[in-house]
Amino acid sequence: MKRNNLLGALISMPAVMIYSLFVIYPLISAFRYSFTSWDGIGAKEFVGLANYIQIFQSPELVASIKNSLSLIVFFSVFPIFFGLLLANFIVRIRTQKIRSITQVILFFPQILPLAASGIAWSWMYAKNGLVNQFLTAVGLEKFAQSWLAGFSTALPAVGIIGAWVLTGFCAVLLATGISKIDSSLYEAARIDGANWWSEFRNVTIPGLRQEISVLITVTTIAALSSFDIIYVTTLGGPGSSTLVPGISIYRLAFTQSSVGLASAFGILLMVIVLIAIVPIQFYSRRSDQ
Amino acid sequence: MLSKLNVSKVGLKLIALGSVAALAVSLISLPTAANAESVATTLTKNKITLVIADETGFPLTDKLAEEFTKQYPNVKFKINRDSFANLTANSPRLLASNNAPDLIRLPTIGDTVKNKLLLNLDPYVKAYGWDKWSAAQLSGLRVNSKNVRGSGNLYQLGLGYSITGVFMNMNHAKTLGITSVPESLAEFEADLAKAKAAKILPIMAGDKDGVVNFAVQALINIYGERQKLSDWIYNVPGATYNTPGAIKGADKIREWADKGYFPEDINAIDYFSFITRFQNGEGLFEFNGNWEAANVQAKLGSNSKFFLFPSLNKGGKHVAMGAANSFSVPAKSKNKTAIVYFLNWIHTNEAARQITLDVTGATPGGDPKTALPKVAAGSLIEDGLKMAAQLSKDNGYIDFMANATAGIYANAIIPQSQLLVGSKITGTQFVTAVQDSYAKELGR
Repeated sequence: MKRNNLLGALISMPAVMIYSLFVIYPLISAFRYSFTSWDGIGAKEFVGLANYIQIFQSPELVASIKNSLSLIVFFSVFPIFFGLLLANFIVRIRTQKIRSITQVILFFPQILPLAASGIAWSWMYAKNGLVNQFLTAVGLEKFAQSWLAGFSTALPAVGIIGAWVLTGFCAVLLATGISKIDSSLYEAARIDGANWWSEFRNVTIPGLRQEISVLITVTTIAALSSFDIIYVTTLGGPGSSTLVPGISIYRLAFTQSSVGLASAFGILLMVIVLIAIVPIQFYSRRSDQ
Repeated sequence: MLSKLNVSKVGLKLIALGSVAALAVSLISLPTAANAESVATTLTKNKITLVIADETGFPLTDKLAEEFTKQYPNVKFKINRDSFANLTANSPRLLASNNAPDLIRLPTIGDTVKNKLLLNLDPYVKAYGWDKWSAAQLSGLRVNSKNVRGSGNLYQLGLGYSITGVFMNMNHAKTLGITSVPESLAEFEADLAKAKAAKILPIMAGDKDGVVNFAVQALINIYGERQKLSDWIYNVPGATYNTPGAIKGADKIREWADKGYFPEDINAIDYFSFITRFQNGEGLFEFNGNWEAANVQAKLGSNSKFFLFPSLNKGGKHVAMGAANSFSVPAKSKNKTAIVYFLNWIHTNEAARQITLDVTGATPGGDPKTALPKVAAGSLIEDGLKMAAQLSKDNGYIDFMANATAGIYANAIIPQSQLLVGSKITGTQFVTAVQDSYAKELGR
């Protein structure tokens, strides 16, 4: 028994070391820096909670938190909803080859570097881009505009990019989840006279509880910590309509050299993510019992 | 036998230790350039490699390095490039590292002087005779002990000194019956109205990454007082952005936005798209700088003009942005004497000055009595040189407002200008927001 424990510890040692070095150590450092005023090079000045207070007093930084909460609708709700529909469709494909190809195609956006996707989408959203060409082709040209330049359209436009990235991922994971559900449950439901919707509600969704809670966690984190897509498409603009904490933290740390303030915002962002995620984890764990 | 071997081994070890000690002593006693008498102005004959950290898309350093190596074959260069944004973000760490380059492109001094990361070039001023150069051209490269720019020790030099103005597409001008460049704000606005009426885009501009602020500042320049704005940019205590002139200038931009003088999708147009679209014929006017002169010339040829943004009234003095394409020597450079020799050579050597002008269209700076490089008659680059001379005469040079602090551009000027040209805020709101951000960042 003892030998097994020792063996286990040894095997996990490399992972623990890497995790400590690249996650725990920076986290502790950021926590320490968040109580200082520091430009990254010179002397650190202890300022207590001043950085945290400054964040809440800054309308712009508070707005960035609100924007990232709005992005949860696009990064989380849409992909999981459409992912469920697509997953249902995938599992009904009888030919294994076609099913595999469909899953690969759906998963493709996940593999592409976010920066490259962002640039491609900027072109599509441009005044003469694909989106407007499509709208004109179907007779909706009065809606054609520069989507990333509009104060009210930029955030949804960026959100749709996120939804595009994450939907396939959700669909593939959920399809795998559905295929693990005991088929006898479906048979029992059919015998009881359940239709498609009843089956979906009473067998599929409960059977996917684990997968759904994982997806809610992953996609919510993606929404709250978004950076790549926004940096490449709008840089937080126009105005601050797409400003998110990721962009603000980058600017504070690297453009303005306010490392203390950036660290405080980073810690705060982590707390917000935990507040969003922990209840979901709790709920999913409880429902397993 | 064995003992003889041991003795020679020990002997070798002693010689090695002794050499290391001697080297250490000689390194410690190298002069640290504290006063003019102790700085060297001669180039070493040893083989050395000078490392330059520069931004992508500006091949000037490549060409200058090539020419310098041609003239001094013992000096080679290694030029490391990164995007402007990355280089700016990483420069404090690059400067502080033990592998600091010998020269670095540094648009904003920020806290680097406070953190003692840059070489003080003052001892070289007398040694090289830079006191004969234009004091105004160098003043923006000085910082005093209170981190206020405009005076104090010299910490930067420019690889070319830029000037901004307006490019005009003369094909469109001909269509509109305009035969010469406007010489007053009223004439400029009349041209804008003519273009709009004829469905020609009056001003090609972009604001995804803030470039429309060339136009915003052009108006603030002529409505405000140059010295007041310059003091604000240089962080002089008590200076404020919130002046009647700044509000008038920003209000004028809002007026132009409301009248549809800018592209409809301006907030989605980045720098590259903006210059490309103008060069491809979109827009009567483009607010930009001499660095684009060669590109505009290549695309529009003789159907283009480059001129200083006009004064408020005809015949008045011009004010325009112009700055050094600034580079600094890290305090940790291992080849200080050689790199400063290179910097001086750039300003004084005839071939180098010609390269600076040919590649960037910028004036090479240096002693005003030194002959200007050759330029093609009637070219936009020649226009740029004439503009620089006129601006010097009018004492109208001013730095870019984006250089006021490290964060002001990204935090305030860009997002607020996007709201301004998007017709969402007034001039007063723009100016107030920028001043608030400035005060917060500087802790005032």
